[in-house]
Amino acid sequence: MAENSCELFDSGHRACGGCGAALVSRLLLKATGKDVIIVSATGCMEVFSTPYPETAWKVPWIHSLFENNSAVASGIEAALKKQGRKEKVVAIGGDGSTFDIGMLCLSGAFERGHDFTYICYDNEAYMNTGIQRSGATPYDASTTTSPAGKCSKGNNRPKKDLPQILAAHGAPYVATASIAYPSDVVKKIEKALNTPGPCYVQIHAPCCTGWGFEGEKTLAIGKLAIETGLWVNFEMENGVVTRVKKVVRKPVESYLKEQKRFRHLFKPKINAEEIAKIQAIADKNAEKYGTDLKLKSKSGPVVP
Amino acid sequence: MALGIGCSSRPGKAGNNKTGSWRVFKPIFDHDKCTKCGMCKTICPEGCIEESEDDFFIPDETYCKGCGICAEECPSDAITMEQEEK
Amino acid sequence: MLEITEGSHAVAKAVKMSRPQVIAAYPITPQTHIVETLADMVANGELDAEYITVESEFSALSACIGASAAGSRTYSATTSQGLALMFEVCFNVSGMRLPIVMTIANRALGAPLSIWNDQQDSISLRDCGWIQFYAEDNQEATDLHYIAYKVAESVEVLLPAFVCFDGFILSHTYEPVDMLSQEDVDRYLPAYKPFQKLDSDDPISMGMYATPEYYLEFRYEHDQAMKRAKDVISKAGKEFGEMFGRDYSALVEGYRLEDADTAIVAMGSLCGTIKDSIDEMRLAGKKVGLLKIRCFRPFPAEEIRNALSHVKRVAVLDKNVSIGAKGAVAIEVRDALYGKTMPVLGYILGLGGRDVRISDIKNIISLAESGKGDQFYGLRTEVL
Repeated sequence: MAENSCELFDSGHRACGGCGAALVSRLLLKATGKDVIIVSATGCMEVFSTPYPETAWKVPWIHSLFENNSAVASGIEAALKKQGRKEKVVAIGGDGSTFDIGMLCLSGAFERGHDFTYICYDNEAYMNTGIQRSGATPYDASTTTSPAGKCSKGNNRPKKDLPQILAAHGAPYVATASIAYPSDVVKKIEKALNTPGPCYVQIHAPCCTGWGFEGEKTLAIGKLAIETGLWVNFEMENGVVTRVKKVVRKPVESYLKEQKRFRHLFKPKINAEEIAKIQAIADKNAEKYGTDLKLKSKSGPVVP
Repeated sequence: MALGIGCSSRPGKAGNNKTGSWRVFKPIFDHDKCTKCGMCKTICPEGCIEESEDDFFIPDETYCKGCGICAEECPSDAITMEQEEK
Repeated sequence: MLEITEGSHAVAKAVKMSRPQVIAAYPITPQTHIVETLADMVANGELDAEYITVESEFSALSACIGASAAGSRTYSATTSQGLALMFEVCFNVSGMRLPIVMTIANRALGAPLSIWNDQQDSISLRDCGWIQFYAEDNQEATDLHYIAYKVAESVEVLLPAFVCFDGFILSHTYEPVDMLSQEDVDRYLPAYKPFQKLDSDDPISMGMYATPEYYLEFRYEHDQAMKRAKDVISKAGKEFGEMFGRDYSALVEGYRLEDADTAIVAMGSLCGTIKDSIDEMRLAGKKVGLLKIRCFRPFPAEEIRNALSHVKRVAVLDKNVSIGAKGAVAIEVRDALYGKTMPVLGYILGLGGRDVRISDIKNIISLAESGKGDQFYGLRTEVL
């Protein structure tokens, strides 16, 4: 790790206590070290870290708009190339800017093959504006624009599969990670930085405020997402899945019941039908990526 | 002080915002239980846990928001959260 | 050296000699010949720049933000729908005080879709905090690019600039243009030295957000920089004149205005037609003159007031309309003349590529003399 001991992200930022995205900022800068230029999209991270003049970033950092960080990064990369400079270029945005409004710029930058790394801190809704659904919001999550109600079970669409979409652009390295596994996050960002071309790392960053759990549980919730198969940590190199985090899966309820955004699936009564649909999503993930640890069922006791 | 052209600023001023005032619960570190693994420092979203000269870890109360992640994740249960008297 | 060349090619050559390090552009009619020519120059090694073929105008200007913030001289060109798509980015560039220069090949805005000329596109962005130049002919369009970079990059200003020239009417027309040599341009416009840049050796945060404690002050400083630009433009235009013989020190330029009873105010290629009309009308004994606005932002209100203080009436020709109000230039000229008693009459004309001929200018003068104005001129009433 570059400059591991040096904190490049200052204390004093205004993230909620227990914020997953704040940890992403720190881990990102641990991976990059100081020779980097960060392009931030509008969003929670931008807002909690840069009210004028109190920037938390000790590396060169720029914010332009909600939807253009990939395009701004393209311009920076071109300028550095022209000037013969060696800093790495990192664009970072939440799932709203990455999956939805910034998709045009993101697709363009990946298609053109700029040498930069895109980091999405995925907290699965528009948190900065007050928890509205995005293309990254999981099935049945209740948000302020996909509220559960008499006629609604929450968000009625599954999460967009953005890593696959970017891999289809020919990205040499695409990975998913979770703040629940900090050293894995740092390792994957380092790999992305050291792979020439446009690379993508999507980091699951649970949001205690938006998802409805206590701040101390941020990492624990992230772990449960992986242990239930609702989030898969994997790496793709040149379009091929090369590494997957394997787990002994738990039923999805153990993840869902910890969060207020899924409370309507349990109260006033358990909605078995919907939970089964979410279990099916997890099962499909497990099958697609082969995340299930194979248990030696016939030869003695199971040790996960 | 002149404004930074185009709303720009040099680093070093985030610390003006003393987020420790947000805290309700305070982490108490038990050095007898601590194995000095450093997990608390790695995962603190504030980046406000420092390593002391004797390799123990100490939260900077000026910035600690009291989120409790360090206590929750400490593998040795060496951190407990206590309501703070203010 | 005098060359017979298409407007777009002349502009592309001026851009090349301004030595941009990063170009990001998206093709749109009638801007295409500029960006195609620049792409050729890069492909042939005549221009040592990074050329980013972005997927939209929105990304074109966004990429320019990145390149400019990283310390490179940058360039883009667009028009009409493309400029409209850049709306949000335009405000961002100027607020971040990045000295990007962008050519606007002026074109109408849809709906209805029209690829032909008027000035609705850039006029609609008059509040976006960019300097706006309007060229009368291709000589001016070419020269204004050097001046635009010099002014934009001045530490007293640090603002982006549009160089507007009328789509097709100028962009696709062959005219003789006196092209400077590269040595001349280098003498006038030295290598780019950014005021500040993204640099890991000296990190800064750019584009932070401002709370209510700061926002008003940032906007004030932006406005002050634009006001300072007036002097900087004058100086840069004067220096250009001293070096190359074409003086651009005036933000507004009079033509046979000194003894005029009726003054026409206009911007862009229309001014050429108006000058010919004035010559004819003068021969017929009519005291008509022209005030050409070359720089619309910063708005030269004082200069306009001084230039028009003696006339009996003012006819303002607008190739744009603020629907439900008037043409933007008429509104602002009237504001500049606040307290004066002469009538200021607005005429909206030439929208979406409708030709404006010498006879039209003469008709407008007659209308102005009879006190009729604040109207669309040249309507084909038979289709209404």
